[in-house]
Amino acid sequence: MEYEIKTSPEELDRLRATGGSGSGARRTPLAILGKVGFIILIFIILLYTLFPFYWAIVSSLKTTQEIVRPNPTMWPMEPTLENYRTVFKDASFMRALANSAIISTSVVILSLVFGTLTAYAMARLRFRGRVFFMYLILSMTMFPGIAIIGALFTIMRRFNAYDTIWGLVIVYLSFALPFTVWVLANFFRAMPPDLEQAALVDGATQMVALRQILLPLAVPGMVTTGLLAFIEAWSEFLYARTFTISEKAKTVQIAISDFTGNTQFEVPFGTRMAAAVVVTIPLLVGVMLVQKRIIAGMTAGAVKG
Amino acid sequence: MASGDGMMDRMAPPRVTRFTAPPTRAGRDQERLGWMLILPTILVVIGIAIYPLLESFRLSFTNYRSSRPDRWSYIGIENYKDILGDSTFHTSLWNTIVFTASSVALETVLGMIVALTIHSNFKGRGAVRTSMLVPWAIPTVVSSLLWSWMFHDNFGIINNLLVDLGFTRFHMFNWVGDPSTALFSVVMVDVWKTTPFMALLLLAGLQVIPEDVYESSRVDGATKWQQFWQITMPLLKPALLVALIFRTMASFRVFDMIFVMNGYNTSTMSVSVFAHQELMAKQRLGFGSAVSVIIFVCIALMVVGYTRMIKVEEQ
Repeated sequence: MEYEIKTSPEELDRLRATGGSGSGARRTPLAILGKVGFIILIFIILLYTLFPFYWAIVSSLKTTQEIVRPNPTMWPMEPTLENYRTVFKDASFMRALANSAIISTSVVILSLVFGTLTAYAMARLRFRGRVFFMYLILSMTMFPGIAIIGALFTIMRRFNAYDTIWGLVIVYLSFALPFTVWVLANFFRAMPPDLEQAALVDGATQMVALRQILLPLAVPGMVTTGLLAFIEAWSEFLYARTFTISEKAKTVQIAISDFTGNTQFEVPFGTRMAAAVVVTIPLLVGVMLVQKRIIAGMTAGAVKG
Repeated sequence: MASGDGMMDRMAPPRVTRFTAPPTRAGRDQERLGWMLILPTILVVIGIAIYPLLESFRLSFTNYRSSRPDRWSYIGIENYKDILGDSTFHTSLWNTIVFTASSVALETVLGMIVALTIHSNFKGRGAVRTSMLVPWAIPTVVSSLLWSWMFHDNFGIINNLLVDLGFTRFHMFNWVGDPSTALFSVVMVDVWKTTPFMALLLLAGLQVIPEDVYESSRVDGATKWQQFWQITMPLLKPALLVALIFRTMASFRVFDMIFVMNGYNTSTMSVSVFAHQELMAKQRLGFGSAVSVIIFVCIALMVVGYTRMIKVEEQ
């Protein structure tokens, strides 16, 4: 799994020497200035991308008194886990955490099972309507949820799916499943057809070829796709806001956004940041585990934007 | 995943071959199996997207309200006429256009700078690239909360820093609450969240430009600036266009970030927030559905442009 461009060793040395500025110049004052500027630029990029979440962590570790003190310090002066204790003692938040875990896991499992079968058909079988179907799937990955929430609201009430966990799972499949199909179809198509050709010639059926030859090879791709579907389901807000009303099916995103709803002045900032960190950490851990594949998959165009 | 060469291929959209019916038994079996395997996905797409979409369309011609579900009638295109004259809709449309144009423009310029920076070889480049996944992976609701906290009028780090730097007029300044900066604040959050994504898309485009193209122009004495406009930009154009239209589609439907940061407030109201207010808060399902149909048509036109551009290949 290589993602670097191919560069000759001499070229690499030259690039290292010039800090990637590309020109053949050696250590002239200008080149040094360029190198310093480059390091500053990298530092600014890192600061920009990482500071807001760092600040959330720092704020979550500060005491209630410290957080409202003027001239905040860049790290907690009296670090405390009090905010986290409050979060984990909050029954409503814990319920939402459990709901989100159940919903996201179910969405991932269903998407992977149905998505793998459909993706295999799209990539390897010839049948009528395949081109049309591929366009349909691609369009579905960009489908605007806002276009259907009114109608879905009436439909869900009719089927008693409103404010239920299973109702949200089914609604979430509308974005998770097309996404899974699209990414896995790419994945299968990139595998050389001769892989299962031999088995097919030997008389194995298509399904056996899929299960015994392609599937084991597709596991890494399925893990990454499943993780991305999990992130999407875990982070979803519009449907969860619209189709849940009680704690029965409320997800974490609703729980943390409701933290803001109180009065302007008495909001527990530290606790809110602790809740935000708790909700985000599982995703960051997952992303770090498969980050190389995600960066590659991002450019497939179907990853969330 | 196998070697590095296959990577670009994997990222490309699947090639779809036009069907020519093989009149054999095996062909018929394959056809049946194919349909069996895509059936669950088709059912989901029809049941949770296409049917509700048609239902939205139907509702948009009614005066249906969820508060009185038994009394409604078809009223033709009344809702659409009302939308055209609705000043809140005009505001939300304008906000959406401003939001989309400014966030996509900023994301593209910043994304380009970041992509060019991390395209060069340096120690720790992998770590920088990984760090860029952080804003992308953080849920939108969380990003909105983080920034709301940083933008906080009284205790926010942004006002504290600005006052320290001598800009005393930002003492207790309410970024999200003040109508003159409200939209700017949400744009900032979107730019933060999406610039890394943009940068990675553009980086992928940069990495397929062969190094020897630059080599030969360097021999011809071209400056870095000339190389950027004469080689990088033209070759990057396809990747850039795809990224642009993709981001435009996503920005145009913005809801989460604006709703979490500023609710139904008109200073930041986007068309999606307007539709949600009509549908849910005001329970005007008929009128609200007409708004969502309009949003759908706008997005659908962009999707058509997008799929044209990436060309699901037909042979």
